[in-house]
Amino acid sequence: MWMERVGERTDLAEGAELARKIRCHVVRMTHRARSSHVGSSLSIADLVAVLYAQILRVNPTEPNWPDRDRFILSKGHAAACVYAVLAEKGFVPFELLDTYYRNASNLAGHITRSGISGVDVSTGSLGHGLGMGCGMALAGLRDRRTYRVFVLLSDGECDEGSTWEAVLFAPHQQLDNLVAIVDYNKLQSLATIKDTLALEPFADKWRAFGWSVREINGHDLAEIRSAFETVPWQAGRPSCVIAHTVKGKGVSFMENAILWHYRPPDDDELQRALEELKVSG
Amino acid sequence: MKTVFINTLLALAESDERIYLVVGDVGFGLVEPFAQRFPSRFLNAGVAEQNMTAIAAGLAMCGKVVFTYSIANFPTLRCLEQIRNDVCYHNADVKIVSVGGGLGYGALGISHHATEDIAVMRALPRMTVVVPGDPIEAGFATRALVDHPGPAYLRLGTRGEQPVHKADLSFRLGEAIRVREQGMITLIATGTMLYNATLAAEHLGRQGIQARVLSMHTVKPLDTEAVLTSARETDAIFTVEEHSILGGLGSAVAETLAEAGVHVRFKRLGISSAFTDLVGDQEYLKHAYSLSVDGVVDQITACLDSWAVRAADGKYCVNASTA
Repeated sequence: MWMERVGERTDLAEGAELARKIRCHVVRMTHRARSSHVGSSLSIADLVAVLYAQILRVNPTEPNWPDRDRFILSKGHAAACVYAVLAEKGFVPFELLDTYYRNASNLAGHITRSGISGVDVSTGSLGHGLGMGCGMALAGLRDRRTYRVFVLLSDGECDEGSTWEAVLFAPHQQLDNLVAIVDYNKLQSLATIKDTLALEPFADKWRAFGWSVREINGHDLAEIRSAFETVPWQAGRPSCVIAHTVKGKGVSFMENAILWHYRPPDDDELQRALEELKVSG
Repeated sequence: MKTVFINTLLALAESDERIYLVVGDVGFGLVEPFAQRFPSRFLNAGVAEQNMTAIAAGLAMCGKVVFTYSIANFPTLRCLEQIRNDVCYHNADVKIVSVGGGLGYGALGISHHATEDIAVMRALPRMTVVVPGDPIEAGFATRALVDHPGPAYLRLGTRGEQPVHKADLSFRLGEAIRVREQGMITLIATGTMLYNATLAAEHLGRQGIQARVLSMHTVKPLDTEAVLTSARETDAIFTVEEHSILGGLGSAVAETLAEAGVHVRFKRLGISSAFTDLVGDQEYLKHAYSLSVDGVVDQITACLDSWAVRAADGKYCVNASTA
């Protein structure tokens, strides 16, 4: 028991360190690229860190292994976060991150698999990822393969009708190898979710559609891991993790501020962000 | 045509376990044998074409050959971005099948008239566009598409299409088929206009206007060699399609001719850029939009007259420049 707890703490520390590194990459990448979506990438850093540190069965030396878990970033605009974790986990070289948004680079602003090891699915237009994830999960069940499919959605993406087509489909097909994770940071491009197109009662909607739902703190690594490592929570049902998050999490002046959906950090803001991330790590 | 398609797919699926059929809540009286024979490889995605297309892409990314199936514009325009991003960008092995291309759903109204689908599908990178001209071509096309990796659009008629070919057809994707050989003019037809084009050619022949007929079952990639050969060997080219004259077969042929610098009399026959909002069955609408046999004949003779390629005695003059 004691050993388990030590192991757990070590794992959590590994996840926390990975999340910190991801956030440092993200602010550097968006600063260098003068790109949008820094807040969207910071928001999911803890979720992505736990996935890659402890949950996903993937292998950088064999990225196309047929039984690998699939991870789809349906909110493709948070690509910087995933490119960063792929570098940290050895799928792509760190130097590649310097080419984000750059002319003749392979790193597009929305996640694109063009030659990027570890990226299975390209997205960017919202409302596409969960449907493709359903297809992959269905193939896995039909072929009796053991892989799981994790799809990370934005909350704003739940405005899209196509998202709800997939939300209907997955329980109907009993896709219990499918996990939808919603980054519920409650901010869209222009305003809050509440003021844009209200989603509440959000968890109830997923439940009513037939999903097994858990709401977690999307920045509590233990909670995240506990949710992910126990899926499926109910046989025959897909799992939905509604992760309550803070947009811009980890950089105080970016947290919960609409501005950082689009605005890249300038030189001074980059330094302040990196200082905070070093301290908090 | 759709019966030939489903029977062919059933036969192929017996030996090819990769084949899935995903329908958008259509196919009553047609898809049941497939669903019963291969329940694990048949899905009704419901009235949800975006998801139908996205799950097809997901299945294909896991090694399946997936046919999506619906009618008119629903499997194409309704889910266009899923086709572009999920299917084409990922080069997923998804074959999109639409039944009732053109005016096949006649009196159901303009929502059910697929009159821009070829243009839109043709514009997508990696997309192969196949529009069989009769049930025999439809069977060959279905087989050919299973063997052809990557995205494809298969535009079918509904029912009752007359055979133009004999069963022992030589069919290859991307190769036009000469239905009538030598002629003074060429009709290039696709899909459900092949039959009328062939009959029109016979009518024209009785007027002394010999017409070659090509079945251009693959609109993309276009058999440019067949187009240019006909441009060299005959005096005028007419494209005939149950589709808008913008962006479809006629445009593809025009682009080929223009870029090759070939000077030949040329006319697109099809539906002008207007909504086909008359009410009537397919034959009625074809007649109304000048795509019946008589309509095609009349349009062609009117063109030949306006181009002054008839001699004074009313006979067609082969060499337009001396007319």
